[in-house]
Amino acid sequence: MKRKFLRRVVSGLLVLSVVAAAFTGCGSASASENSSKDSDSASYRTLDEIKESGTINIGVFSDKSPFGYVDENGDYAGYDVYLAEQIGKDLGVKINYVSTEAANRIEYLQTGKVDIILANFTVTEERAQEVDFANPYMNVALGVVSPENAVVTSLDDLKDDDEVIVISGTTAETYLTKNYPNIKLQKYDAYAEAKTAFENGNGVAWANDNTEVIAFANENPGYKVGIASLGEQDTIAPAVTKGNETLLKWLNEELETLGSQQFFHKDYEETLLDTYGADYEETLVVEGTK
Amino acid sequence: MDSLGIDVLFKGTNFVRLLQGLWISVEISMISVAFSIVLGTVVGMFMTVRNRIVKIVLKTYLEIVRIMPQMVLLFIVYFGTTRVFQWDISAEAAAIFVFVFWGTAEMGDLVRGSIKSIPKIQFESAYALGMNKFQTYYYIIFPQTIRRLIPLSINLITRMIKTTSLVMMIGIVEVLKIAQQIVEANRNSSPNAAFGVFAVVFLLYFIVCWPISRFSVYLEKRWA
Repeated sequence: MKRKFLRRVVSGLLVLSVVAAAFTGCGSASASENSSKDSDSASYRTLDEIKESGTINIGVFSDKSPFGYVDENGDYAGYDVYLAEQIGKDLGVKINYVSTEAANRIEYLQTGKVDIILANFTVTEERAQEVDFANPYMNVALGVVSPENAVVTSLDDLKDDDEVIVISGTTAETYLTKNYPNIKLQKYDAYAEAKTAFENGNGVAWANDNTEVIAFANENPGYKVGIASLGEQDTIAPAVTKGNETLLKWLNEELETLGSQQFFHKDYEETLLDTYGADYEETLVVEGTK
Repeated sequence: MDSLGIDVLFKGTNFVRLLQGLWISVEISMISVAFSIVLGTVVGMFMTVRNRIVKIVLKTYLEIVRIMPQMVLLFIVYFGTTRVFQWDISAEAAAIFVFVFWGTAEMGDLVRGSIKSIPKIQFESAYALGMNKFQTYYYIIFPQTIRRLIPLSINLITRMIKTTSLVMMIGIVEVLKIAQQIVEANRNSSPNAAFGVFAVVFLLYFIVCWPISRFSVYLEKRWA
């Protein structure tokens, strides 16, 4: 009896595997047919296809205030979203916001699951090989904050035993180690530790991304950003799937038109002013031109 | 209360959104659990079969599930299938597929373990009474297996509910993601909100998982 049962199971499994093989065979055959048929637009939608569908998929952050976040009514808001809204309006389509994470932005574009990423995407050489960046709409660099009564305006003025606070693993640490090897660094693992150390006066200054130090100085009276922009300037730009030229071209024209109307200054005043204050508008904003 | 930042939950529609997010988590996990239990029972029975090919296939499947982090599986199913086959499956379908794929393997292994733990003499006695294979399993083995399975599968179910927080990586906005959104949106006005909001999320997960474990206690008592 046992034998019989086993034989039945085995033959059943054989049938199953044949069926499965046939199914997957068919699946891949039809998939390859599809991809050869429209290999040009396999992984992205052209400008006309987006307009025709009436909806554009835009990937934004949903928890990075004040750039991309969701307000208390459940609506997307922020500096990036302000631009997204304008893009939707000018294209004449509805916007479907997709909540993205830092780690999956490229993946979303490469599979065409979103048309544009507007998630505070810093332009780097490595990323530019994977996706196509449009014109920038924001600047980021490193910044240095120090107490108001002893403002550090240049790193060359530091005395021999002055220590600068950095967070381990940030661009600030890499940049200072490379370009100012003589400056003594005090390294902390987390933002909160670095903040406490700085407030206790353990270092003469704190170096971090300039958006971070500006926000800190703005929230904590008694501190001043002596150096608002240090090292290489990085830019933040919208990104589209590599090769999606119609959309990229339209986006660049849109950014230039908006730039000529000082759109991004208005965007800054609406969304970033509370966090960064009026003093840094010119440091951070780029008006959509290369 | 104010210092804990729970008040941010009452701004606008925040609390309703949090509950909607909870429903998405519960929906995905419940559908996955239902499929996993049914399929897992079948797979678990096959795992006790002595055929070598069946054993190798199922062992490989189980090891794949054990080794692969669920996050990797989610990325493979959601983004990978689009890349390779141009399939455009929805994020929810991808999530349910991955959770069923994972749950079936683990449930199968639990079923296998429970069946194996039934003493051999139970089978032999049943056969000696003239029962056939089906009768033996249906009347003798399964009732005992299910009793052993309850606490084990409850662990798996609650683990699946909690692991649904990973689906935010494929764009599904569930309860934990909404909590992060609420905390971040109020970063300036109430910096301590993280504590209060996540405490409420903890409570919500508890409200979902606790009845399940109470139910299992009830079943264990009834069937003991």
